[in-house]
Amino acid sequence: MDFLVFQYPMITLQACLDGILLGVLFALIAYGMALQWGVMNIINIAQGDLVILGGYIAYFMYLYGIHPAWGVIVAPVIMYFVGIAIYKLVINKVVDRDLFISILATFGISILFMQLMNFAFGADVVLANSGYGTTMLFDNNVVLPNSKIFSAFISIVFAVCLVIYMKKSKLGRAIRATAQNARAAKILGVDTEKVYAATFGINAALCGVAGALISITFTIHPYMGLPYTIRSFMIVIVAGLGNLPGVAMSGMGLGVFEEFADYILGTEFRIGSVFLLLVLILVYRRFKLSRKREYLK
Amino acid sequence: MNKNFVLYAAILIFGLAAPFIFPAFKVQLSILCVLIVLATTWNIQGGEMGYNSFGNILFYGLGMYLCASVQVGMFFPLAEWTESGGEKTFVHTPTQFFQGMAVGLVVAAVVPTIVAGLIGYSILGLRGHYFAICTLGLGVAAGEISGGIEIIGAGQGFTTPPFPNVGSLEARGEFFYFLSFFTLVLTFIAVRSIYSTRFKLILNAIRDNEDKAEAMGIETMKYKIIGWMISAFFCGLAGGIMGGLVGYIDSTDVAFDGREMGVFMVLMAILGGKGTLWGPIIGATIFHIFKEGFWTFFLGWQYVALGVLIVVIVIYFPEGIMGWLREKYPERFGEVVDEKDRKAQVELK
Repeated sequence: MDFLVFQYPMITLQACLDGILLGVLFALIAYGMALQWGVMNIINIAQGDLVILGGYIAYFMYLYGIHPAWGVIVAPVIMYFVGIAIYKLVINKVVDRDLFISILATFGISILFMQLMNFAFGADVVLANSGYGTTMLFDNNVVLPNSKIFSAFISIVFAVCLVIYMKKSKLGRAIRATAQNARAAKILGVDTEKVYAATFGINAALCGVAGALISITFTIHPYMGLPYTIRSFMIVIVAGLGNLPGVAMSGMGLGVFEEFADYILGTEFRIGSVFLLLVLILVYRRFKLSRKREYLK
Repeated sequence: MNKNFVLYAAILIFGLAAPFIFPAFKVQLSILCVLIVLATTWNIQGGEMGYNSFGNILFYGLGMYLCASVQVGMFFPLAEWTESGGEKTFVHTPTQFFQGMAVGLVVAAVVPTIVAGLIGYSILGLRGHYFAICTLGLGVAAGEISGGIEIIGAGQGFTTPPFPNVGSLEARGEFFYFLSFFTLVLTFIAVRSIYSTRFKLILNAIRDNEDKAEAMGIETMKYKIIGWMISAFFCGLAGGIMGGLVGYIDSTDVAFDGREMGVFMVLMAILGGKGTLWGPIIGATIFHIFKEGFWTFFLGWQYVALGVLIVVIVIYFPEGIMGWLREKYPERFGEVVDEKDRKAQVELK
């Protein structure tokens, strides 16, 4: 049973396709993280909780009879303002400080969000049913829910739009300038405070889109945020800051890895394997980057 | 020195008498002792060494599971014990219980230390936020994985051996209180003697500038690993005691509880003041009182309060209570203050 994956190629194919479609979503979240990490030098532990909050927005639209796919439009708008509010209240006080301060502060925000969502929406695992049906491929051996294809498509659309926006628009140029050198940008007349706020807002909006898509394709739960943070962190450090194709590729790679871990180790070890992979990647990175050190004996 | 001796004697006497003065708070006092141990040992590598870890919970949980498993496994088959869950088919006699506890605590302290030494070389090479996130990942991974292992109860949890019937009803509380108080005293003596040696200066050098410390000929990696191992030793011990005290071990809610204990130990050390001997102790005491008040009167809102507290402390109060006192009364901390310099600083503000 354990190694069914290798005996039946169709299961391998299924896992790969599932993983890629899932990985596109991860890449979208990681893109947001890379953006604000690069610009503000902050690691946002609350990233995953912003995703889940976006998911609940779509879920509520579903509860009130609106098709949850519209959440893709509504969630980022609301989340943009949530992001700006978080920036104004907390993040702008930790931008220039020690990195550990920002990690701990966002960890606090994460705990706060978890519990507030638990109060507001209850501790049940929920999903917004999109009613999209499924697609059968290869003589009905591979089953792909249409919602997954839809979500991957929408993520790609959003990512492409954002890349073009960052390249062409005035704000995008200001953001890129601030990422390169905040002081120089300030001297040249960029209002870095506004740029930071906008960056965090865009990051939150991306999380909102991803969350709305996750609520359609998978399930959401108030306490499920941290794995999404860890996944996006992992993707960013594997790809490197500012390497967009790398983010997409490593996102899909992570998705495929997870699906295989799910098949081979069992679902109960899925999250654990993600976190272990993070540790392994960091350790690998540490040995790769470490200089050869010699002491006088 | 003489004044300090009186202070220590007073605290020791108060600690020994506390369970009889406040008999209703025995469990709370034991938990306070465990919290102080955790905060103080987190401070060794978080405050003094500058390696802010979210992952000391790994050693705490490991110690908890090890102590309980050894205590059960020494006398009864472990798999059958966990399978029977709450229904007690096996009962420890008092001798078995205390023997098991003693051996269990030794194992719970030694094994995490070895684990810390083994993983230390690869993990402690990471710097800054990579280290913080890596240790966060370690703690959560340990919780998720132990939640899938059948022999230690998997998702349904592990009931630790119940306290044997030895005369009075108060015995359980008193036993665990004195056990944790003894651990606290042991920790304090150990940490205090560490802080008066060259080892502390090396740790501080690593915190202030690791590359420079290395250039001065200090083998930083060796000292970092030793610092982490000391932390792990006491974390494991504290975990073993806490497992027996709570009486029930769950993988993500009790043992590897990164959302509670893992954050608490960081927060307590920061609240009191990182990098001081007394800071974590004061921080843990204040935090515990605050926490119990909140947990009792505003049940359900405690995590909201915790989140707000973390944000507020971190943003507005990163130096902690000791840091604030130090700024206000520098003479008390043995710093020579130039009166002119001070006036100039006041004017600058």
